[in-house]
Amino acid sequence: MNYDIIIAGGGVIGGMVARELSKYNLSVCILEKQNDVAMGASKANSGIIHGGYDPEPNTLKAKMNSRGVELLYKAAKELNVPFKQNGSMICAFGKAEESEVHNLYNRGIENNIKEMRIISGDEARKIEPALSDEVSLVLYVPTAGIICPYKLTIAAIGNAMDNGVELIRNFEICNIKKNDSGFIITSTNGQEVSAKYLINCAGCHGDKVAKLAGDGEFEIIPRAGEYLLLDKAEGSTVSHTIFQVPSANGKGILVTPTADGNLLTGPTAAVVESADNNEITPEGIKTVIDLAKRSVPEIQFSKVITSFAGVRSSEKNGDFIIEASKKVEGLVNVAAIDSPGLTSCVAIAEYVTEILKNMGVTLNAKENWVGNRADTEAFNHMTDDEKDAFIKQNPAYGKIVCRCESITEGEIRAAVRQNPKALDMDGVKRRTRSGMGRCQGGFCSPYVMRIIAEENGIKMEDVTKKGGASKMVVGRM
Amino acid sequence: MLKCDIAIIGGGPAGMAAACAAYDAGVKDVIVFDREDEMGGILRQCIHNGFGLHKLGKELTGPEYAAVYANMVKERGIKVYTNTTVLKLSNDKVVTATNTDGILKIKAKAVILAMGCRERSRGALNICGTRPAGIYSAGTAQKLINCEGYMVGKRVVILGSGDIGLIMARRMSLQGAKVEAVCEIMSYSGGLTRNIVQCLEDYNIPLYLSTTVAEIHGRERLEGVTIAEVDANRQPIESTKRYIPCDTLLLSCGLIPENELTTGAGIKIDRITSGAVVDQNRQTEIEGIFACGNVLQVHDLVDYVSDEAEIAGKGAAEYVMGNKTSGEVIVTKAGNGVRYVLPQRIVKNDESVSLFLRVTKPFGKVKFTVKSGDEVLATAIRLKAAPGEMEKLTVKAEKMAFAEKEITVELEEV
Amino acid sequence: MKRELTCIICPRGCGLTVEINGDSVTVTGNACPKGQQYGVDECTNPTRTVTSIVRVANRVDTMVSVKTENPIPKENIFDLMQIICAKEVNAPIEIGDIICDDVFGTKVIATKQVK
Repeated sequence: MNYDIIIAGGGVIGGMVARELSKYNLSVCILEKQNDVAMGASKANSGIIHGGYDPEPNTLKAKMNSRGVELLYKAAKELNVPFKQNGSMICAFGKAEESEVHNLYNRGIENNIKEMRIISGDEARKIEPALSDEVSLVLYVPTAGIICPYKLTIAAIGNAMDNGVELIRNFEICNIKKNDSGFIITSTNGQEVSAKYLINCAGCHGDKVAKLAGDGEFEIIPRAGEYLLLDKAEGSTVSHTIFQVPSANGKGILVTPTADGNLLTGPTAAVVESADNNEITPEGIKTVIDLAKRSVPEIQFSKVITSFAGVRSSEKNGDFIIEASKKVEGLVNVAAIDSPGLTSCVAIAEYVTEILKNMGVTLNAKENWVGNRADTEAFNHMTDDEKDAFIKQNPAYGKIVCRCESITEGEIRAAVRQNPKALDMDGVKRRTRSGMGRCQGGFCSPYVMRIIAEENGIKMEDVTKKGGASKMVVGRM
Repeated sequence: MLKCDIAIIGGGPAGMAAACAAYDAGVKDVIVFDREDEMGGILRQCIHNGFGLHKLGKELTGPEYAAVYANMVKERGIKVYTNTTVLKLSNDKVVTATNTDGILKIKAKAVILAMGCRERSRGALNICGTRPAGIYSAGTAQKLINCEGYMVGKRVVILGSGDIGLIMARRMSLQGAKVEAVCEIMSYSGGLTRNIVQCLEDYNIPLYLSTTVAEIHGRERLEGVTIAEVDANRQPIESTKRYIPCDTLLLSCGLIPENELTTGAGIKIDRITSGAVVDQNRQTEIEGIFACGNVLQVHDLVDYVSDEAEIAGKGAAEYVMGNKTSGEVIVTKAGNGVRYVLPQRIVKNDESVSLFLRVTKPFGKVKFTVKSGDEVLATAIRLKAAPGEMEKLTVKAEKMAFAEKEITVELEEV
Repeated sequence: MKRELTCIICPRGCGLTVEINGDSVTVTGNACPKGQQYGVDECTNPTRTVTSIVRVANRVDTMVSVKTENPIPKENIFDLMQIICAKEVNAPIEIGDIICDDVFGTKVIATKQVK
């Protein structure tokens, strides 16, 4: 197939770029090497909408972050992705660390961040009682928020697909040929696509994709961050996102409620050999627990329901790389998007579109573009009477499949059918939260397997956890 | 809103026995809610035998034991809502449930909680490494194999030597899988000795005590695990690490009562049992709400679940009929060597009281003493005692008369 | 010859000592007569009840659970499993219905109803 534009990578950046481009009369295709979208850093990060005080002034990070916050809130509303503007607190523990609070405040002013203020530890504890008594000074950023990063990615790509963008999964790029009319891209499993323009949003593999296209200008440093996620019963331990100021002890660990109501602690930051190195380590778990308790001593780590690690892509210069390749015509690199990449994603998409325009891409707006995506959680938000009426029309919504999160068969089937379709167990989990509760799929996985098999017309034996060889069962008796 | 005398949440062994007991005690307007398409709960997947010796005088498999009670419920004409999940319980005993007909709300005079328990998951265990397919809690694998007929793997390591883990070791072996090892982080097994004999020894499956799974390997499907002996703090000892190739890891690391509805109703939970705080009738701290079975305390034997459910069923019926127990409240305490005692409260009347308890670690011959102040209310000798085996001690009515404020159960090795 | 066993007849799991001198077998440590019998059997002709599942041919994705009516010789467990694995039955099935007649001196019977 030939397209105007190919986006390499179905993460939050590729997804937002795709959604932005879906507004125009262009043929666009996303290539994703995994069986689902949001499989890299987009599924395993802090889910924070950063205030914007942190990046060095005048960097791309500073610009994208400060513009990104508002754009992201707007996009999240259109896409019906749950988020909350819960505010963040950046905490200093004692005199030695307090100067850093002032530094961050001043940086925030330079970055044009509004509503920030510095408050004492006691003031902070009035609005966040679980905060440690050791916290002496706090930078309070009310504009910061939390959002579910993988739901955002899925919704952005789903919305882009609703507007005509194509998604090819299990397309691991192994060769890129450049000729006068553009790029010919082949995958390890023998598929081939071509396009005039290539936007490299390949996350931790961004340097590899750039090299394959003939551009070897940068190198991605993969950095793993481990997290511990706690039961929803602990979700109200804190209401704000609690950071620690960077100190001799490192960048610190955050403690935050998630947009879905759990409590999240992490991440560590260890440079790892490869982007696939998302393993949980004993050291990582210990670091998270020890440092999180420094901010919030009463966290009940016995209520951890899962641990996970995400690998972020960074680069030696510390800034985002968002530019038309200087060496390869038609290639745009969007690389080294580590924190605050999630916050910046819509601003980045807007910026990439501007770059494409400058490269000569004609942007004719579609007349029938729809920016809204159906609320996949609509049922969950109904009153009991509304649910009753809805179930009478749609009986599958009366069958609870995931008891921990109260997810119904109707919701799961809808998620499997909606763009981008869920093809595997983890895909259903990220779309519906089925299996994401305290039993971690113990009860519901046999039911979910059956729904996936039915909806996708495959055998139970072919249902996978996450594509490839990750089969759930090995045979029929 | 619909009304009923007694609403029972859960149609497993506890719910079924409670329903029959309540009915037989004189309350006919009983409704059982069950989320599956038929009653029986986890027994439906426990196709092995060993059930019913105590309660029914014969050895049955799980489905057979469940069928006995399901028939008792049917014979009595007790109303059962299957495929119906209870979403909410309020402290004024309004049950909100859902099924394919819609949302139903029922105001009950009494409620019996019988939701059972769930298994501890990989996430809660913080096992390091990757996150491939092929890691199952033992009960999930049991359901896939025994109910759905799908084999979950061919080469298996089991973490945890609880009874479900042991039973699954045998089950996987019978179906042709190679069970490489059962690892138990504690220095003793949490399962019944008979299960170690007939599930592991019969099939030459090694049981490694004080050993855990330190790391999980493989990106897509599980490829292997690193097992290691643990130190006194249950941390893996580096020098003992060894790799076992396998495609399946089953976890049998404990059961957790499913008390989300309970806490939602504002009922107090015991930190040790993870179930509600109850009196001798299994009434929780909210009048008219009772609890029994694995949602109250995790049992070793279904027979004892049925016993406990009968107490709760009868208690709920008496409550509905207006025969409320009132009197001095005595609190039970776990003394030396005892992990917990249930019931946590006793409303003093002129009846004998049975106390259920678990010990803190394995013991040889022990003497249990039930005391109130200096008064010894009961003693009992056991040739051995282990945390995996629940103990029952009875305080006779005439001795209960001497109880004041607090009763302590303790043990000494003899 | 002297053997230490754990009785598996009931959850109590008595520790048994079995002494075999020629034809005379003595069992100690048992709390009930069943333990006596188990001790003797285990040292002379060990047997086990086997439970498993069998495919139901005329129902989609349905299995019926089964057991041996009486214990079978331990050495025949895997032979029986081969027979059970190859077996298919048709619903309706009631608890107690015979699935395999006359295998290793007993029958395999259904332990679950399939309508």
